[in-house]
Amino acid sequence: MSILRSKSSFKRLLTVLLCVVMGITVAACSKKQRTMILATTTSTQDSGLLDYLLPLFEKDTGIKVNVLAKGTGEALEVAKRGDADGLLVHAKEQELQFVKDGYGTERLEVMYNDFIIVGPIDDPAKLKEKTPSDAIESFKLISSSKATFISRGDKSGTNTKELGIWKSAGITPTGNWYVSAGKGMGAVLQMADEKNAYTLTDRATYLNMKDKLNLEIVTEKGSQFLNQYAFIRLDDTKNKIKTKEANEFIDWMISSKGQQLIGEYGKEKYGMSLFIPNAKK
Amino acid sequence: MSFYEEVLGVVFLSLFISITSTVIASLAGMILAIPISLKDFRLKKYIVRLSETFMSIPPVLMGLVVYLILSRKGPLGSLGLLFTPTAMIIAQSLLVFPIVFGLSISAIGSRGRKIQKNCIALGARRKDTLILIIKECKIQLLSVAAAGFGRSISEVGAVMMVGGNIKGETRVMTTYIALQTGQGEFNEAITIGVILLLVAFLVNFILHGLSKSNGNGDRS
Repeated sequence: MSILRSKSSFKRLLTVLLCVVMGITVAACSKKQRTMILATTTSTQDSGLLDYLLPLFEKDTGIKVNVLAKGTGEALEVAKRGDADGLLVHAKEQELQFVKDGYGTERLEVMYNDFIIVGPIDDPAKLKEKTPSDAIESFKLISSSKATFISRGDKSGTNTKELGIWKSAGITPTGNWYVSAGKGMGAVLQMADEKNAYTLTDRATYLNMKDKLNLEIVTEKGSQFLNQYAFIRLDDTKNKIKTKEANEFIDWMISSKGQQLIGEYGKEKYGMSLFIPNAKK
Repeated sequence: MSFYEEVLGVVFLSLFISITSTVIASLAGMILAIPISLKDFRLKKYIVRLSETFMSIPPVLMGLVVYLILSRKGPLGSLGLLFTPTAMIIAQSLLVFPIVFGLSISAIGSRGRKIQKNCIALGARRKDTLILIIKECKIQLLSVAAAGFGRSISEVGAVMMVGGNIKGETRVMTTYIALQTGQGEFNEAITIGVILLLVAFLVNFILHGLSKSNGNGDRS
């Protein structure tokens, strides 16, 4: 008898557990909220900007933005296939081509920050002394001294920028010192830290992770370093997407309120804005 | 959202997706495996080989295939399932199915045939034979399901691709660990790692309890 009872009590426990799980599931699925998918770059996520802005946007409009953080190249492909409703990226040439190919209807610049070259504190290639602000000269120096350099290697905006600088320097980076990681910005910074290497990064992600890294800024503020972020309004005749929500989000971000919030992000924690708003009014 | 709330959501989603996909794959896999393990036919060898091959399919490959099928440009695109938990369940079920199917065939094996013979001798109907085999091989089948669950809860590649690791939406324990590691948040990553292990232990404990209590129940 006792065995029988223990069997039934175990089953009862299991039934209760199942009911709880199902109840939570049903509750989770039945909420009817307006949502949209924003395909964007890892830097807007890793820098913490979206975690700061999206709850405020949701409070204003009730729209929940699901963030798909990819490299710019992948984000553009995701949008081409119609799997995202909005696009926030940072590779101008690719963006213009994207709009020209008819996938997007409008490109709207929203904010910028800058790229920097970071490297180990002992700075083996002596970039800090020799080329404190020239990206092209710095890359030449890294290549000639065969100092380890980590490339994103993922067709992201940062990767596109980096390849552009190599091209301007007239160098095709190959060899053991050039590491193509195929990872997001945060992971590449980690890798540069572990391998005592140089890398090109956006300032926002670097500042957000600075405490965990033994990396210093070696080259910054040159004319090649502009990092412009832009929204693209996607063409909803190509794919069935939620243009209405996406447009509300874009309009909120370029409104004076959104722009002000972007400008404030990071001031408290880092003493400076991580992104500088520059949407055209 | 506080860290605690986020972690709780992540753990629940992980459990929900893994359990659902294990249940789906186990039902389909076992129901198909039982008749195949009882019969001898020419193609059987090849079916078993094929299922063994699919047991070792790289999850990212499965992720890619499911991604292309569910993408809005893909054949099932109109359903809008990509980057939802449903897409993750589909990918996981497809990954777990060959494991359950292949292991069930070998688990039932010769024992199933003996039971079948006895059933035929006693004049049982096919349905009763099937039920009896499931009952008799319960312990083996439950450990097969546990193996499937292990694959499903520990997998990261496929769920990352088809789920997209969206915060509060499709972020599960494994993709959360990958993200936090990439951002250098090792404490958070380790916390979730430990929870992942505890959850796996708990589920296996429950499965074990299930096989034991039912086994005893039959004998009493």
